[in-house]
Amino acid sequence: MEKTDRIELVCPAGSLPALRAAVDNGADCVYIGFRDNTNARNFGGLNFDLAAAREGLVYAHRNGVKVLLAINTYPQPDTWERWVKAVDAAAELGFDAIIVADPGLMRYAARAHPQLRLHLSVQGSATNYEAINFFHRHFNVRRAVLPRVLSVAQVEQVIRNTPVEIEVFGFGGLCVMVEGRCTLSSYVTGESPNMSGVCSPAKAVRWEQKPDGLEARLNGVLIDKYGAHENAGYPTLCKGRYRAGNDVYYAIEEPASLNVLELLPELARIGVVAIKIEGRQRSPAYVAAVTRVWRQALDHCLRDAAHYAVQPAWAGELRKMSEGQQHTLGAYHRPWK
Amino acid sequence: MKLALGPLLYYWPRKDVLDFYRGIATSPVDIVYLGEVVCSRRHELRLSDWLELAATLERAGKEVVLSTQALIESESDLKTLRRIVAGNGHLVEANDMGAVHLLSGKKPFVAGPHLNVYNPETLGLLAESGACRWVMPLEMPRAMLEGMLRAKPAAVATEVFAFGRLPLAFSARCFTARRHDLPKDNCQFCCLEYPDGLELTTREGRSFLVLNGIQTQSAAVHSLLDEIPALVRIGVEVVRVSPQSRHTTDLLALFHRVIDGALDPGAAACEAERLAPGAVCNGYWHARPGIEHRGGNS
Repeated sequence: MEKTDRIELVCPAGSLPALRAAVDNGADCVYIGFRDNTNARNFGGLNFDLAAAREGLVYAHRNGVKVLLAINTYPQPDTWERWVKAVDAAAELGFDAIIVADPGLMRYAARAHPQLRLHLSVQGSATNYEAINFFHRHFNVRRAVLPRVLSVAQVEQVIRNTPVEIEVFGFGGLCVMVEGRCTLSSYVTGESPNMSGVCSPAKAVRWEQKPDGLEARLNGVLIDKYGAHENAGYPTLCKGRYRAGNDVYYAIEEPASLNVLELLPELARIGVVAIKIEGRQRSPAYVAAVTRVWRQALDHCLRDAAHYAVQPAWAGELRKMSEGQQHTLGAYHRPWK
Repeated sequence: MKLALGPLLYYWPRKDVLDFYRGIATSPVDIVYLGEVVCSRRHELRLSDWLELAATLERAGKEVVLSTQALIESESDLKTLRRIVAGNGHLVEANDMGAVHLLSGKKPFVAGPHLNVYNPETLGLLAESGACRWVMPLEMPRAMLEGMLRAKPAAVATEVFAFGRLPLAFSARCFTARRHDLPKDNCQFCCLEYPDGLELTTREGRSFLVLNGIQTQSAAVHSLLDEIPALVRIGVEVVRVSPQSRHTTDLLALFHRVIDGALDPGAAACEAERLAPGAVCNGYWHARPGIEHRGGNS
């Protein structure tokens, strides 16, 4: 693949104000979704109808910023048409690319809109170059977003063996499971990322203050319980505390968020073409702050990778945005596994 | 309807694995999936051992399918995958799109349960690539499966995961090693201690999940045994039972008798419940949370 001297900063937007915040603070691309289960952030009050999408496209394009549409859940027999319409709308509105997970839908897009650029979503679960090359051969996929399971060396191995551009997650919520291959949420709540575009949905959450602590339940299942001095977190299934033997602990993952600022020179060296920021459910203020920091970091790194170092001000700003949570390098860093 | 034994998801000592499949050779199962699908560090049996087992089971009249690893990360994972795809006459179950890519147009394959086949268009694409059978995603409800079956290509047979703890998720991280405070690279093969996985309960003692290395399973045991007549009616051709450390051949016998019409499905389901390592569930089939259990027949 062609070596790039540029890494695109791909930022999330769940609303027009968030899209403007991303554009104004230095995003190269903004990704959004429609207001239904055709995308993996199908949350109430979030996302774009056609009019808002049109307005967002105009604003971004006027500022030289690309807009990508996530259509990254799995269409089902009775609702196939909804996904097809989303693809058609993307082509008609002039999105710069669509981010798709389902092979059948990708084939539809490639045939009906050959000029529409295709990105393989992280929900497509392609963790190796053979899988990515399947999507390239059949649908001419131009870019793949890697699941958050590979080490840096493994990402490099992928890049060396595919003509498809590679985008990786850089910051935000951390899926500890392979995206697209996790049904924990539907096991407990009936709704999963693949079919419904949600994980551990808010409508299934119940908070109950008990004499001995605050309980967080998901469809009745106790995900965690917090003492008076503990910060209560959102009860995402894989970030609960459970009992194994005599121990109660974060059996799957601590409520940490991903931050790979320190790996930027490494990611640039191996040929990553884009860094994705998670968080379409986040506020415009969050998107603005995170985009600003990452823009500065990327500019520093691309100007002079040899002297790049994470600046304390960046780290401080990002820490504020992560609700006091700890940061992790996740699977990029071997010992995490 | 044919009866299949899914791939062994747990890590058992070599002798236990060989004893287990010796029992399977004389059981009433038609199809046996073999191979390591969860973790590349597991080595009690090497690929050559699995191939030897495959030959033995074929001599016993079983159709053998070699399953590929669900989560493929490294070049060495890919090497193993290529050997499975290239080196023998067996049917292969593709459990990721990398496997599909390598098999595509070269030989027929089974599209495994982790490929995310949620619509007839994707199934059609896999059929064109060579899929002769597909395994329904675990979370797919009955009504949606019926929609799939109405529109699926005629040449593709349908298989449903019908008994066992549900493999719900995969991760780069090993949760069993994490439980033992060990790094994955030096896990000391602690999965060997848990022949049916390591149980997690909620903080109020409700049995919830099971850790199986990098895989997370339901603690409850998904059972569609009492749905066999419905499965036959809508056109499912194969039902899969997932191996467990005890009573697997008894469970296969129950399924076999129900399929043959020799045993009442409800009575068989009650019997199976006693042989399961946890409470039973079937919510997914009824478009409910998978953890739920609905009584009665449909």
